[in-house]
Amino acid sequence: MAMSGMRGLSVFISDIRNCQNKEQERLRVDKELGNIRNRFKNEKGLTPYEKKKYVWKMLYIYMLGYDVDFGHMEVVSLISAPKYAEKQVGYIVTSCMLNENHDFLRLIINCVRNDIIGRNETFQCLALTMVGNIGGREFAESLAPDVQKLLISSSCRPLVRKKAALCLLRLYRKNPDVVNVDGWSDRMTQLLDERDLGVLTAVMSLLVALVSKNYDAYWGCLPKCVRILERLSRNQDIPQDYMYYGIPSPWLQVKTMRALQYFPTIEDPNIRRSLFEVLQRILMGTDIVKNVNKNNASHAVLFEALALVMHLDAEKEMMSQCVALLGKFIAVREPNIRYLGLENMTRMLMVIDVQDIIKKHQAQIITSLKDPDISIRRRALDLLYGMCDVTNAKDIVEELLQYLSTADFAMCEELALKAAILAEKFAPDLSWYVDVILQLIDKAGDFVSDDIWYRVVQFVTNNDDLQPYAAVKAREYLDKPALHETMVKVSAYILGEYSHLLARRPGCSPKEIFSVLHEKLPTVSISTIAILLSTYAKILMHTQPPDPELQDHIWAIFNKYESCIDAEIQQRAVEYFTLSKKGVALMDILAEMPKFPERQSALIKKAEDTEIDTAEQSAIKLRAQQQQHTSNALVVTDQRPANRSLPVKVPSINNNAEANTADRGLTEVNGTLSRVDPQSATPSADLLSDLLGPLAIEGPPSAAAPDDQNLISGLEGVSNSSDALALAPLEEQSNSVQPIGNIAERFRALCLKDSGVLYEDPYIQIGVKAEWQAHHGRLVLFLGNKNTSPLVSVQALILPPSHLKMELSLVPETIPPRAQVQCPLEVVNLRPSRDVAVLDFSYKFGTIMVNVKLRLPAVLNKFLQPISVAAEEFFPQWRSLSGPPLKLQEVVRGVKPLSLPEMANLFNSFQLMVTPGLDPNPNNLVASTTFYSESTRAMLCLIRVETDPSDRTQLRMTVASGDPLLTFELKEFIKEQLVSIPTPSPMPALAPPQVQPTIPATGATDPGAILAGLL
Amino acid sequence: MIRFILLQNRQGKTRLAKYYVPLEESEKHKVEYEVHRLVVNRDPKFTNFVEFRTHKIIYRRYAGLFFSMCVDITDNELAYLECIHLFVEILDHFFSNVCELDLVFNFHKVYLILDEFILAGELQETSKKAIIERMGELEKQE
Repeated sequence: MAMSGMRGLSVFISDIRNCQNKEQERLRVDKELGNIRNRFKNEKGLTPYEKKKYVWKMLYIYMLGYDVDFGHMEVVSLISAPKYAEKQVGYIVTSCMLNENHDFLRLIINCVRNDIIGRNETFQCLALTMVGNIGGREFAESLAPDVQKLLISSSCRPLVRKKAALCLLRLYRKNPDVVNVDGWSDRMTQLLDERDLGVLTAVMSLLVALVSKNYDAYWGCLPKCVRILERLSRNQDIPQDYMYYGIPSPWLQVKTMRALQYFPTIEDPNIRRSLFEVLQRILMGTDIVKNVNKNNASHAVLFEALALVMHLDAEKEMMSQCVALLGKFIAVREPNIRYLGLENMTRMLMVIDVQDIIKKHQAQIITSLKDPDISIRRRALDLLYGMCDVTNAKDIVEELLQYLSTADFAMCEELALKAAILAEKFAPDLSWYVDVILQLIDKAGDFVSDDIWYRVVQFVTNNDDLQPYAAVKAREYLDKPALHETMVKVSAYILGEYSHLLARRPGCSPKEIFSVLHEKLPTVSISTIAILLSTYAKILMHTQPPDPELQDHIWAIFNKYESCIDAEIQQRAVEYFTLSKKGVALMDILAEMPKFPERQSALIKKAEDTEIDTAEQSAIKLRAQQQQHTSNALVVTDQRPANRSLPVKVPSINNNAEANTADRGLTEVNGTLSRVDPQSATPSADLLSDLLGPLAIEGPPSAAAPDDQNLISGLEGVSNSSDALALAPLEEQSNSVQPIGNIAERFRALCLKDSGVLYEDPYIQIGVKAEWQAHHGRLVLFLGNKNTSPLVSVQALILPPSHLKMELSLVPETIPPRAQVQCPLEVVNLRPSRDVAVLDFSYKFGTIMVNVKLRLPAVLNKFLQPISVAAEEFFPQWRSLSGPPLKLQEVVRGVKPLSLPEMANLFNSFQLMVTPGLDPNPNNLVASTTFYSESTRAMLCLIRVETDPSDRTQLRMTVASGDPLLTFELKEFIKEQLVSIPTPSPMPALAPPQVQPTIPATGATDPGAILAGLL
Repeated sequence: MIRFILLQNRQGKTRLAKYYVPLEESEKHKVEYEVHRLVVNRDPKFTNFVEFRTHKIIYRRYAGLFFSMCVDITDNELAYLECIHLFVEILDHFFSNVCELDLVFNFHKVYLILDEFILAGELQETSKKAIIERMGELEKQE
């Protein structure tokens, strides 16, 4: 039998193992603890060996799960022992039994520091290990510089340095404010030259932590990381003991690719190319093999490579390779790979627009939703949730509902929440949404949180059309034999408000509604009784003429609950009883609930807010946050102009006072109802209006700029202000709308790709998807209403420049809540021109009128198609187009300096195909493309750029084609791209969309062009 | 980052527990109990990954022993799965044909090996040879 080398310890372990039951074990442990406690009492008699033995025993007992609440001091004191054997035990047991907050650790900081700066390598290692495993703030404060020194010391063995690297990582992760890493970028760059792969592995983990916080300081590390990856993937100079089943340290490969994911892009084309070669090799060269370990290791590398490719926004071809691989993985039987396929597909959705391709796998993914392994089911659920949109929402949600009836306990809550969110986000019509939520409550009531039913009430209240439907449904459910309590709540609420809309239907008389609800009362809890009482009061109020029998019955109930032990119920009973005797006054007080203010769905917020706890921020999330950040910055800068153009309908004070009292009355009456959606989300825009709201009401009219006021009332044309406002919740008064994201940037992005978001504000999102063929184009505008109330007076006007023929299909005047409408737009390019078409878009939301003018991405380069021209064709063509106006030459100055490969990339992105090697001079660049328009038909264009290596800000450009207009326009177009490349010009984007169409329609010939110029 | 590593047998007896995040005693007991419950009943045909609170357990079973690592949900699962295997290979090498009893009676050695393999919740050394040699060095010191 294997023995511990310490007899007493082995005997004790054997004793424990021989115990017949837990009770015996406990006795044996207690006996031992008593013994140790006694021995520790007079420490003088203890030999170092005995101390060591007892401390190990303590750890063993501790590991068995018993409390060891003494002896910590003895353990810690071993750390300061002079001999290795005791020191070792002290360090190890301390790091197992104490955590970083333990007071005793403070006592040994000095001792630990002495070991770290001392000469004994073994002691250094022990100390670094303990600090690396449990070091807290005080350790960081007093030890970080020493640890840093060890890491870069040339006299330390790799053994010490790798421990120092990870020790420093711990201190930095825990206390980034204490550990000073200024100036560490050079050191990290040097450390990456390390030959020892153990040190390199440790250093790479440190680098990941550093770049995740501040990649900008570590650009120098990027080429080194790529080189390390190349070295590993080519298996160059890798010691045999770092090969794992034939793969050069898969862990270091994974870590290195992780580090690379924190850099937003890779600018240097050479490095980018090298990296892509490596990644390509990994993507193509990973086969499924029999050996499990080899397979896992190679796929660990493959999945990390996939993540990196997604992050780098690789070329289309490589992306589709990734999607294809993932498609393959989600269909395999091997569970781990299928799991990872699903997981990474979900991540991919967050990064790029692959929805359409992933949809093809929907059936396969649904199969995984029914897998026996809960881990796989969870991933499938996440993916379905992520891939859901208006087109497949019905299928997916129905699938989830169906699955809900058989799903196990552990998944139900998540399932219910996700189904509810999807139903809300993508409902093609609201009655479907109501159906889904009621089914959810019916099938899995225990898992439906209050937020979910509050939300459905909100929708129903805000949409008059929906109310009778919801009431019918609620009534139907009440006939079911076993009803979940949440269903009782929601039905009672809805029927209280709207059952009078059903009065003529069979089974829906006030009396019948009352009795079917009242049947449930004996089985429900207090909070539901409260709602039922409100419902009874409302039924009573709606019963006109009064039904004495019903009235007596309900009064009797109120009477009964007047002495209820619960204060809320008691109060309701007393108040309703008194109120209901007041006759007509009751009508006012118990009137229908007012519409809810628009707010972010608490559900969606909840889903977004779920925090994940990771050592380093995930690269994907970081990127999302950075985008978020820019849009926040926009809102902040926008606030001032927004204030000035404040809405400002100033109602008479009287009206408001009335509205307020009425409101208060209602809130009081419907005690529970006021709790609906308690975390009313207040994004910054709302905050603003909250601050401004009271001002607009209470302040004298002069508080608002009178000009603006006129402007608005002029716009609305009607003096509907006061009565509309009496009911309008405060939030709705702000009618200056902030765009989300940078409009100019969105446009720029869409010039280079064919789908994406063109415009977004809190109420609407306008997406674009385009297809181009020769001189024809088809753009589809996706107008998505983000709210629970409809957008009205929707108008979309296209202002085409003279060279484009554009036809927009009918845009509906109203976009229903949560709906998305698609409006195809046909485009024909008549002749070459750089002018831009503009979409003049307006809508009304509540009292807010929004009007925005958006450039449409139907730009010149969309009508280009790259073509490669061989030398023997190029030169005759080039020569035949001699001189102006068919061939134009210009020296362009003030060019943004670009290396040749960067310029080539830029050209390629605009569909100008660069042919390397065609021009004998390496400083020149030659490109070709075909332009399509009705007047020119397909026409070949040739471009030559001569650069000056000594001055990259200038170049000479020659453009040739068979059409003078085309030559000129194309030349100007390229010039614009070269002179004004991606320096985001924030100014135009910052301008909030005008609340008012202020741009005067001048008598110009081409309004589109003029507007585009203005924008 | 590895939050903790557990070695447990089928009955749920902890053979090794190493935490890289500070947890209270009672929390540690709860974690060990829950992780055991979570992995012990999973079909061998299932994935080696299972969600645990806001993290993920990567586990593997060797005979009657479960090796479980709790990692961040953004971490590379397969890399950690093979990390477990590498650890087992190291133990196997060190004890020449490791069995549960070796780990029971030499639990202190296992902690030593682990400290050479993983530090601060990250991999420190992936060369089996380097770790075995280091253990030799340490044994000489005693």
